[in-house]
Amino acid sequence: MIKIKEALCDFCGTCVSVCPVDCIELQEALIKIDQNSCTDCMLCVYVCPIETLEYSHG
Amino acid sequence: MDDQYDVIIIGAGPAGSVTAWHASLGGAKVLLLEKDRDIGYPVRCAEGVGAAGLQSIVDPDSRWIANKIKGVDLISPHLKTIHILNEDFGFVLNRKIFDNFLAEKAAKAGAEVLTKAYAESLCFGENGRVNGVVFSHFGRRLSLRAKIVVGADGVESRVGRWAGIRTQLKMKDIETCVQYTMSNIDVKPDVCEFHFSRERSPGGYIWIFPKGDGIANVGIGISGEYARYKSPLRYLEKFVQEHFPKGSVLTTAVGGVPVSVTNRQIVKDGFMLVGDAAHQANPISGGGIVPAMVAGKLAGKVAAEAVQAGDVSQSFLEKYEKQWYRAEGRTQKIMYRLKEAVYKLTDDDLNKTADAVLSLPEEKRTMVSVFKKALFNRPTLILEALKVFKTSITEVFDPLS
Ligand SMILES: Cc1cc2nc3c(=O)[nH]c(=O)nc-3n(C[C@H](O)[C@H](O)[C@H](O)COP(=O)(O)OP(=O)(O)OC[C@H]3O[C@@H](n4cnc5c(N)ncnc54)[C@H](O)[C@@H]3O)c2cc1C
Ligand code: SF4
Ligand code: SF4
Repeated sequence: MIKIKEALCDFCGTCVSVCPVDCIELQEALIKIDQNSCTDCMLCVYVCPIETLEYSHG
Repeated sequence: MDDQYDVIIIGAGPAGSVTAWHASLGGAKVLLLEKDRDIGYPVRCAEGVGAAGLQSIVDPDSRWIANKIKGVDLISPHLKTIHILNEDFGFVLNRKIFDNFLAEKAAKAGAEVLTKAYAESLCFGENGRVNGVVFSHFGRRLSLRAKIVVGADGVESRVGRWAGIRTQLKMKDIETCVQYTMSNIDVKPDVCEFHFSRERSPGGYIWIFPKGDGIANVGIGISGEYARYKSPLRYLEKFVQEHFPKGSVLTTAVGGVPVSVTNRQIVKDGFMLVGDAAHQANPISGGGIVPAMVAGKLAGKVAAEAVQAGDVSQSFLEKYEKQWYRAEGRTQKIMYRLKEAVYKLTDDDLNKTADAVLSLPEEKRTMVSVFKKALFNRPTLILEALKVFKTSITEVFDPLS
């Protein structure tokens, strides 16, 4: 699953723009990934400008 | 607030505010929703605009112009500089104030504007037609009806997806960016610098846009395609360490820019997309402020006409789509092809291009000459480049003097 290092996130939306299944919700200062629809495709992890996201087993 | 509007616009960036402004001028009853607490903040932008593009929408105003730009420096991997002079290149804005100003224009024209209003979903009527917005505002959830809903929600572009339009960007069609606003650095006061290098900014460039008083936006955008190997943050840290080891970082901005062609679909029955949400930015420079405003003006006018005519069908709203293609969409397609060619060049190619341009007499060094040298083995692309540099106003900077 994709883990969010929440203290790092800048809420910029770059990850949202590429997510193929649109499972990232982004409010002014809140980010959530719907782990049920997430396919672990990693695109959000790669595109985040400041390395906020990472893949973690389990 | 009412529960019925002619047009509800989601997102108060330049696209949303200009749409709201022109729809209101056309007589529509408009609501503009913004999820953040401040319009214009946080700034995720290098704030450069071309003079002609800006002036096609608003008169420059000293309240939000930080600096006037009189030329650009294009810098090669081997650090040779091609200076292109133009007294009227453009401006570096103060976007926090600029975005606020545009929202105020909308409000003065009659639109209602609401911040801290996060759109969560759309409402649908008969035949699955969009007919309203559900949003939350300080713990309350409201559902309002609209004849037309406009997605102006920026690069995220979720609103379009809720309406059933695919808006996801390919990794090669997004620039992932980090920027420092720095002080205590030695930069030319009225020249914007663009550093090109496949090694130091793959699929993008590093920019230095001066804001006056020794302050400048120093940032990088790289193609999403390369970001998996190293993030733009790390490239920027290295650049700053090498060029401005004593500089201070006053602001850090993070964001993404669509560098694509316009989304395949931008209108539906009762629905429109504008700005970054519609992928209207210039794909070669990533400049999206002027395109967002150009599209907003067209969309706002067409929305008001549709309401007046009592016909908000897709076929009526396609008028906006057609006008956009005539104004900028066609040019954008050429820009996209130029992007694909230029960002493939190796550092060696870029160095040779710089040397070839520098062998020209100074007065012949224009943006077009740069493209001519860079694309010497792609003559048809050069012809296209010539065409677009004469007609486009949505350049970050209008390069032909
Ligand atoms: C680092 C960086 C540097 C850039 N530099 C330049 C430059 O120098 N020159 C230039 O021309 N362009 C530049 N751009 C691009 C430019 O910033 C954008 O193209 C421009 O802001 C697009 O305007 P917009 O109105 O479409 O979107 P935005 O300005 O992104 O506005 C969208 C708004 O929608 C709001 N929103 C999103 N979702 C919701 C929701 N669910 N409910 C309510 N509100 C919502 C957002 O909070 C935001 O305020 C840069 C971009 C970046 C990231
Ligand atoms: S791209 Fe990174 S910083 Fe931006 S919203 Fe996504 S996780 Fe946060
Ligand atoms: S891993 Fe893929 S599917 Fe999951 S949130 Fe990231 S982009 Fe979306």
